Amino acid sequence: MSVLETTMTKPANRKPSSATRTTNSVIQAADLQHLFDALKKRGFQILGPHRRDGAIMYDEIHSVSDLPVGWTDEQEAGTYRLKRRDDMALFGYNVGPDSWKKHLHPPVVRLWHATKGEDGVQLIDDTPQPTKRAFIGVRACELNAIAIQDRVFLGDKFVDSQYATRREGVFIVAVNCGQAGATCFCASMGTGPRADKGFDLNLTEVLDTGRHYFLVEAGSPEGIAVLAEVPHITASPEQAETANRVVTETTLQMGRKLDTLGLKELLYANVDSPQWEQIAQRCLTCGNCTMVCPTCFCTTVEDVTDLSGQTAERVRKWDSCFTLGFSYIHGGSVRVSPRSRYRQWMTHKLASWQDQFDTSGCVGCGRCITWCPVGIDITEEASKMRQETSSEA
Amino acid sequence: MDGYETILAELHFLKGMEKEHLEAIADCAAYVRFQKGQFLFREGEFAHRFYMISSGKVALEIFTPGRGPVTVETIEDGEVLGWSWLFEPYRWHFDALALTDITAVGFDGLCLRGKCDANHDLGYDMVTRFSQVITARLQATRLALLDVYSSQPDMPIVSKG
Amino acid sequence: MTATITAPHTHTVAHPSPMLPKLYTVDGVRQETADTFTLEIKPPTGELCPRFLPGQFNMLYIFGVGEMAISISGDPWWRSSCVHTVRAVGTATKAICNLQPGDTIGVRGPFGTSWPGPELLGKDVVLAAGGIGLAPLRPTIYTILADRNRYGRVNLLYGARTPNDLLYTDELSRWRDRPDFNLAVTVDTADRGWFGNVGVVTTLIPKIQFDPANTVAVICGPEIMMRFTIMELQKRGITSDNIYISMERNMKCAVGLCGHCQLGPEFICKDGPVFRFDHLDGLFGKREL
Repeated sequence: MSVLETTMTKPANRKPSSATRTTNSVIQAADLQHLFDALKKRGFQILGPHRRDGAIMYDEIHSVSDLPVGWTDEQEAGTYRLKRRDDMALFGYNVGPDSWKKHLHPPVVRLWHATKGEDGVQLIDDTPQPTKRAFIGVRACELNAIAIQDRVFLGDKFVDSQYATRREGVFIVAVNCGQAGATCFCASMGTGPRADKGFDLNLTEVLDTGRHYFLVEAGSPEGIAVLAEVPHITASPEQAETANRVVTETTLQMGRKLDTLGLKELLYANVDSPQWEQIAQRCLTCGNCTMVCPTCFCTTVEDVTDLSGQTAERVRKWDSCFTLGFSYIHGGSVRVSPRSRYRQWMTHKLASWQDQFDTSGCVGCGRCITWCPVGIDITEEASKMRQETSSEA
Repeated sequence: MDGYETILAELHFLKGMEKEHLEAIADCAAYVRFQKGQFLFREGEFAHRFYMISSGKVALEIFTPGRGPVTVETIEDGEVLGWSWLFEPYRWHFDALALTDITAVGFDGLCLRGKCDANHDLGYDMVTRFSQVITARLQATRLALLDVYSSQPDMPIVSKG
Repeated sequence: MTATITAPHTHTVAHPSPMLPKLYTVDGVRQETADTFTLEIKPPTGELCPRFLPGQFNMLYIFGVGEMAISISGDPWWRSSCVHTVRAVGTATKAICNLQPGDTIGVRGPFGTSWPGPELLGKDVVLAAGGIGLAPLRPTIYTILADRNRYGRVNLLYGARTPNDLLYTDELSRWRDRPDFNLAVTVDTADRGWFGNVGVVTTLIPKIQFDPANTVAVICGPEIMMRFTIMELQKRGITSDNIYISMERNMKCAVGLCGHCQLGPEFICKDGPVFRFDHLDGLFGKREL
């Protein structure tokens, strides 16, 4: 079940998307810059994909020309390369090592700082003011990942103020994927490739002989308002159908599959499986998977002071359950062996997450497969486990 | 020890023992008393007895250089003290100090070994009962070995995880 | 000393950060043993300590050093100050134990689940404490003693490393003197001069009286100690749904957001630290889980 079909916690000032669905529109590719302009005029900082360091990363961008126009990515277990396309598609690639959690749940955040003086100790909350930001190019899997993190940070016993303030008022321009990568399996997870909720605008790129346009759906009143400032026409049935076909074809291209039936029970039942040791023979416990995963949220906290001892800060940083110190308590770490640490990550992602947050923790984006230096494939391991278990039955 | 069978039958350690066996070992039994501060036995001494404590508390001590006597276990009412009489070299391995006044039933080891040799059923019964006590004490000792309340970490500290 | 908490742009923060401590003042420090201290801390002037339930913990912060999860060890009815017993084993806990009256200490909490309360009424109660595990149990002991006739037989089993490691020795004497309270203390080893029991805490279990069909057991101590204590209690007939334990895992945030304290799907900081034993089926005692 898609996480968006369950409760998705949205910041208070957003109306539910279903009330504001409109008929589809079409924007010509040449007019897409007006979208950027409309957003800038409204004071949004635009974050979106661009090429940097041999990968497609999500950083501040200013115009359509900043997008990886005419580029694609080739991904496999342990491999990521950018390649030139033979067309000028704006969104002709899948996902890179960045995810939107970089901007909603940043890797390093100062939570508060304190000073010690004659008046005693003063504590200053460093939760920043919300700012206006627009995310361009959010894929369906990523929308689900954001919804999953909304549930973790906003929908549980304690609200994470750092996430809440960064999540507030984000304008999302989603993109339906026009191709699936070799490590993609959103279709198995029910999280894509079509985005159906949680966006302000959703684009499907159609690029074939003689035409290059975007089918646009508005998903909120804000989306409608911004769309009004971009040259567009009502989509013809043929244009809508063509865009629809693009997405349907993407669904069939998925490079990986994951059978989610009874997956939680399968993993819980396999706590003592020898397969974990087999995986551990390869796993370097490098933690790449946790860094690129759009839902992994573990952090650590460091309390630091300057040399004078007069000022102190509490800084929050991304952490990974793959580190030896992650589970340290007096007497030693609980999870010492790499076997136990890999088991923790995969069981949490696919099983315990469901008991904790009512959805799977995985959105099928395939990043963990692509960015694992030894190419460990979570879908392959799950499938192996299922076979072992049923052959024992 | 006459008429002791009834008294022995009530001792926790001998619960359920056959009357015939109780009569046999009664020959080897005697009431004993110790005063607080007395030693019931000392390490290295000839182990010719064992005790079933009726009332009081006994400390099993080992003398360690530097630290002196260390109590490793206390034995009290209803518990059995001593099994070194069962096997060669029949020597005590600990000191046993009376922490309070003690009343106990003492058994002569030589006499009891003779009875067990003559009646193997009795021998089997005694050894079974002692095995249970020894197992429980071994379990407890192993748990104590883990030193669970120690403040020292078992592995190097990894800080800032 | 006053604490001022301000936001950088003087706007109303829609969501106050759950990571911001409140500043308390150390009122008293009492040394229990060579490495264990009991701290009494007072909230800002004019405020009371927040209500807490026995078994809950606070995150205590030492300026520039760090924050530690420490169980509250005082009387839940007493709100003028908040009591914690801390063992100095690492940098942060050593810093806490070096505090002096008048020093500032940051507090977040109370967090976590609590020891059974209403579940104990009308029952025989067995409390088993190992080492510093007596500290989180003390609030429950106070609660029971404040209303003693609402409970059946009450046994407190307490094991420590040596007689010098016993906590709350004054209170132990007072509890021992009560005819309506059975206190059994044991140590792993002792020097001559100790007239109490020597042996692990599980050796006390066969010696105490309770009705297994009507008993609730509450256990707190190192995981190995809890494991063996549970086995002995189960041998005596207490069922898993009448045994409560307190689990410990690495804790950074205490508010379910950092992910460190997970045991399977359970977050020790919000689903625990106290668990009814049958709810940990398949998790407790599983190696490296």
